[in-house]
Amino acid sequence: MIQIEGLSKQYGSTTVVDRVSFDIERNSIAVIVGTSGSGKSTLLRMINRLVEPTAGCVLLDGADTRNEPAHLLRRRIGYAIQGNGLFPHRTVAENIATVPRLLGWPEARIQARISELMEIFQLDAALYADAFPHQLSGGQQQRVGVARALAAEPAVLLMDEPFGALDPIIRAKAQEDLLAIQRRFGTTVVLVTHDMEEAFRLGHRVAVMSQGRLLQYDRPAALLTHPTDPFVARMTGVSDRAMKLLALTTAGEVALPGNSDGPRVAPSATLREVLSELLWSGATSALVVGDDGEPRGQLTVAAILAHGRP
Amino acid sequence: MELRLAIALPPRERIDRLGLLLSAAGLAALIWLPFVVFKSNRIVPGEPRELQQVLPTWGALGLQTVLLLTAVVALFISDAKRRLSAALAGVIVLALAVAAAANALTPAGDKVMRVAAGAGFWVLLIALGLLATDAITRMRPGPLIRVLLLAASVGIAWAALAAGMFDNLSVMREYAVNSGRFPLELWRHVWLAGGSLLAAVVLALPLGILCHRVPRLRPPVLGTLNLIQTIPAIALFGILMAPLGALAANVPAAAALGIRGIGAAPAVVALFLYSLLPMVANTVVGLRRVSQAAVEAARGMGMTPGQVLSRVELPLALPVILTGIRVVLVQNIGMVTIAALIGGGGLGTFVFQGIGQTAIDLVLLGAIPIVVLAFSASVLLDALIEVLDRTPSMAPQLNP
Repeated sequence: MIQIEGLSKQYGSTTVVDRVSFDIERNSIAVIVGTSGSGKSTLLRMINRLVEPTAGCVLLDGADTRNEPAHLLRRRIGYAIQGNGLFPHRTVAENIATVPRLLGWPEARIQARISELMEIFQLDAALYADAFPHQLSGGQQQRVGVARALAAEPAVLLMDEPFGALDPIIRAKAQEDLLAIQRRFGTTVVLVTHDMEEAFRLGHRVAVMSQGRLLQYDRPAALLTHPTDPFVARMTGVSDRAMKLLALTTAGEVALPGNSDGPRVAPSATLREVLSELLWSGATSALVVGDDGEPRGQLTVAAILAHGRP
Repeated sequence: MELRLAIALPPRERIDRLGLLLSAAGLAALIWLPFVVFKSNRIVPGEPRELQQVLPTWGALGLQTVLLLTAVVALFISDAKRRLSAALAGVIVLALAVAAAANALTPAGDKVMRVAAGAGFWVLLIALGLLATDAITRMRPGPLIRVLLLAASVGIAWAALAAGMFDNLSVMREYAVNSGRFPLELWRHVWLAGGSLLAAVVLALPLGILCHRVPRLRPPVLGTLNLIQTIPAIALFGILMAPLGALAANVPAAAALGIRGIGAAPAVVALFLYSLLPMVANTVVGLRRVSQAAVEAARGMGMTPGQVLSRVELPLALPVILTGIRVVLVQNIGMVTIAALIGGGGLGTFVFQGIGQTAIDLVLLGAIPIVVLAFSASVLLDALIEVLDRTPSMAPQLNP
């Protein structure tokens, strides 16, 4: 879907992004993670050409992004940023309609899309459609920002620290919403963050960057079990890597046949949560029960612990 | 004894401080300052006349009673609507009294004797005016209400003048002599102030946008405009005379347009130059105030640079830019006055003729409309700024 090939950016003699190459699969979430100054935002902004690369290129569906005018390219790519960047002089509905209006959609289609998105993002249209951004809470503003980015049904969504300004509880909710929306629309998401927890939680694949270079691009579990660079190991955190590994697998994925009289857990619970529950209750095994009440199998402490090793 | 004192003197915090100041000033004016001044002709110094000398006893007592009641309201009542009503009642009675005094002192058919409002009248009028504006400010009226209040006040004053209520007052005598020229000079005044403003908008807006885009340009441009601002108006007229005169002498087209070394041309050019600094500076500040996240998002969603400017940056900078226009318009209305010195015309003509003839009434004929124009422009543009600013922080949060 997105092929990044030998992408570099230099400002004078400073190299901000240094020969970065990787591919992002269709319908997946790729997270670019790194410390500040690692070049992660610049890399993201080169995908929609807000920053023009010094060398290398980006292919979107096999086509070089330099072959069309930058502003037309950007209308095909969703873009959401930290602090949401909503237009303070436009209503919520007008904000969401920005790109469809730029593309000249018929008004009826625009209105239908606004209603659809406001419903998906749990914003009561009667209450909020004609409200101005400053009348909304931080979490609502952030949702409007993402709704606006998705308004023209882009195949690709770029997000630059989209949850950076939210408090932890609203942030967790926003992350869940993003996962649900990505599954619903099948959008290919590229998200930049400095938070490794967030990267592991959201990313199908995670790109770790430092000083402009891409150190490793892999699945989260592989980053934990096989870090190729000491910096990657430091970023992922060595001391609790076993717990982080457990957090990447859900009970439903690895439940074994059998029964248990221990605590009942949902298939969507992570192994870390199940282990915590077993420690708390003193039981040696848990029963995995689906939302429909049907047992899906059981998990023993020993079986869980086996998943916490590389 | 203590109880009686308590009734006579309400607790200190209940006495309105502004009311105390204004009441004291008004009382002093009533006691010590002449209400009207009587002159046997327009240029001799006048003889003061007390209220009791010019009004029938019931009239003088009536005026004093109303003013006393107004003072009581100003001192002890905090309700803004009542304060405004009291101030307006005071103004109306004051206006009636001065008109009656002028009529009483002027023999029928006499065109030589003059009756002018005295210092006492002016102090009372200013005190009542301050009381009224303070009350309006306390009421926090919306922009539309403020414009309507202004229109009503100007309309009532105009109707009273047109009805001839004040025809025997000296200022209106001067108006009667100059009634042919007055509308022309008024129009010319507005045209000079507005025309130079328009020309400045046309140049300052692009210049401000350029300074915002190219930060290197900011210090030299703003520095130059600042320097122009420090040149006194008279000196600037003088500096402009030579080049404009040369232009008119050598380019027939310029001369045909009415450009000369003196007259309206140097006045408009000077006002235009003075207008540039506030407008360029406010455009730069307004654009810099625009949220960078909003601009970044606009670019990231595929707006062209022109669309970012016209749909995001300018609308968000507009209130600050309009504030610059307001400053310039009020400044210009005042400064056009000096244009009369170099033959530029405008209401300043009356002011400088009046000074030349030591006829203070003629000075007032020019000065009062200038004050009214500047005040009205300020109120109108303030209202416009408030209507256009769609990003107030006052709007309530919608969350339950």
